[in-house]
Amino acid sequence: MPNASLFRRLPDPKRRTVAITFEDRTVQAREGDSVAAAMLAAGMVTARRTPVGGAHRGPYCMMGVCFDCLVEIDGTPNRQACMVEVREGMRVRPMTGAPGLGKAPAHD
Amino acid sequence: MTENVPLIVIGAGPAGLCAAAEATSAGVQTLLLDEQSAPGGQIYRAMGHTGQQGRAILGADYTRGESLMQVLESGLLDYRPGAGVWQVTPEREVYFTIAGKARTLRAERLVLATGAMERPMPFPGWTLPGVMGAGAAQVLLKSSGLVPDGGVVLAGSGPLLFLVAGQILNAGGRIAALVETTPRGNLARALPYLPAMARKPSYLTKGLALLAQIRRAKVPHYRGAHGLTACGRDRVEALGFTLGVRAHELPCQVLLLHQGVTPNLQITRALGLAHDWQPLARSWRPRLDAWGCSEIEGIAVAGDGGGILGAQASAHQGRLAGLQAAFQLGKLSQAERDAKAGPIRRALAVERAARPFLDRLFRPAEEFLNPPDETLVCRCEEVTAGQIRGYVALGCLGPNQTKAFGRPGMGPCQGRLCGSTVSEIIARARGVDMQEVGAYRIRPPIKPVTLAEMAAMDET
Repeated sequence: MPNASLFRRLPDPKRRTVAITFEDRTVQAREGDSVAAAMLAAGMVTARRTPVGGAHRGPYCMMGVCFDCLVEIDGTPNRQACMVEVREGMRVRPMTGAPGLGKAPAHD
Repeated sequence: MTENVPLIVIGAGPAGLCAAAEATSAGVQTLLLDEQSAPGGQIYRAMGHTGQQGRAILGADYTRGESLMQVLESGLLDYRPGAGVWQVTPEREVYFTIAGKARTLRAERLVLATGAMERPMPFPGWTLPGVMGAGAAQVLLKSSGLVPDGGVVLAGSGPLLFLVAGQILNAGGRIAALVETTPRGNLARALPYLPAMARKPSYLTKGLALLAQIRRAKVPHYRGAHGLTACGRDRVEALGFTLGVRAHELPCQVLLLHQGVTPNLQITRALGLAHDWQPLARSWRPRLDAWGCSEIEGIAVAGDGGGILGAQASAHQGRLAGLQAAFQLGKLSQAERDAKAGPIRRALAVERAARPFLDRLFRPAEEFLNPPDETLVCRCEEVTAGQIRGYVALGCLGPNQTKAFGRPGMGPCQGRLCGSTVSEIIARARGVDMQEVGAYRIRPPIKPVTLAEMAAMDET
């Protein structure tokens, strides 16, 4: 379950609010946020389920090294959420299990 | 034909910015490629965006980065942010992707300034969501103004752990506990090297000020913790650890780990450069001369990517590499180069003087270098420390062989997070030193690139 009290935002009036969707949920991010930062700000710590064991994983390094925050962004799988900045209307989905050639299995 | 550029610098942290600054001021046309969307590297991340409040939170060292940004005004500098470099060849061809478009350029001189990453801190449960690097929390603070608040535990060792704790407190965040894993014997081993720190007293005074701040904030501070375990089903819910013989469990929603930083070596490894093991710093570093030049003609390394010395030393090393490139390209005479290099070398020596003390004081505990069997070492392919030991028992001699047994190092991070741990485990299991065990071979592409991006390249 999302938990909104994980991180608190310092005010920054210069930065606009940007709305993105994570699965079916609309998340209010801030201009300049990475997708991973926007997720964490909204209390969502899980970015994907691993291909091998199905374990939950989320952002770990926040600097493009660990590849644990891989998500699908606007239909492109395996994007590093910590390295992509949010854009208005961006659609983000968690990566679930092993990649396939067909439709990705539904996230439970 | 691939287009030629006199100098390409990869990485826009202190080393890369300073290399570019020296080179451009000597008249060298310079291309500066950086993976991040804004300059400054990790240390001076989001420098351009941080307001007065941010500066007060992040401290005086952070604002030091502002002067480094002046190079961006140079007419000779072509700065390209958001550039994912995915291959560098010994012929100095640099392949990179910006906004989904891949291209290649050839450099007459190349300076690699790829910096450092946090040393992974493997223990049971460290892969749970909500467990992050302390540096990762700092990125969230610098780039997005996000302060971890409530249920935050910091665990580990090293200067950054205390710095991040101080910054969280400055920003009004609450810290549930600081769990220090620095082995108790470290201080005694480090003390003989304390006098050399007198050349760099600011490191000591800053460290003591941070400890005082943490004490004033009444953050519970546990020292000498061992046997760490992160517990939780789908996300971290508690940190378990032992003090002496007594077991503790602290509930937490965010667990921030740190045990020092280590060079980011993907490019130098992929180039096949010789690397030497640093037993004290527990890191590999590429073999370089006093200008940062590698054994491959025209390729230099500057900053923490060539061995950890910190942000100020990285700036000095960047300047030296920039001067040498300008000299080699005929823009500076040897006398001009050496005159400029003299004071830089003296400043660099002061920074080096602090390392023997710091490296001994913050040497990671053995349990995070050679973790217990049930620990996932390779996060991508989910290979445990016990499995690695099992491969050694079957006759596996080095990290590259382990790939054939169980795929460690073959997932998306390409061994960045497990490489040194796998080698450390094998070295102990075999009873040989790290230099003999070696490290993963790294092959391009070192960053994800799609076939479509490669197919659309106009230069092949």
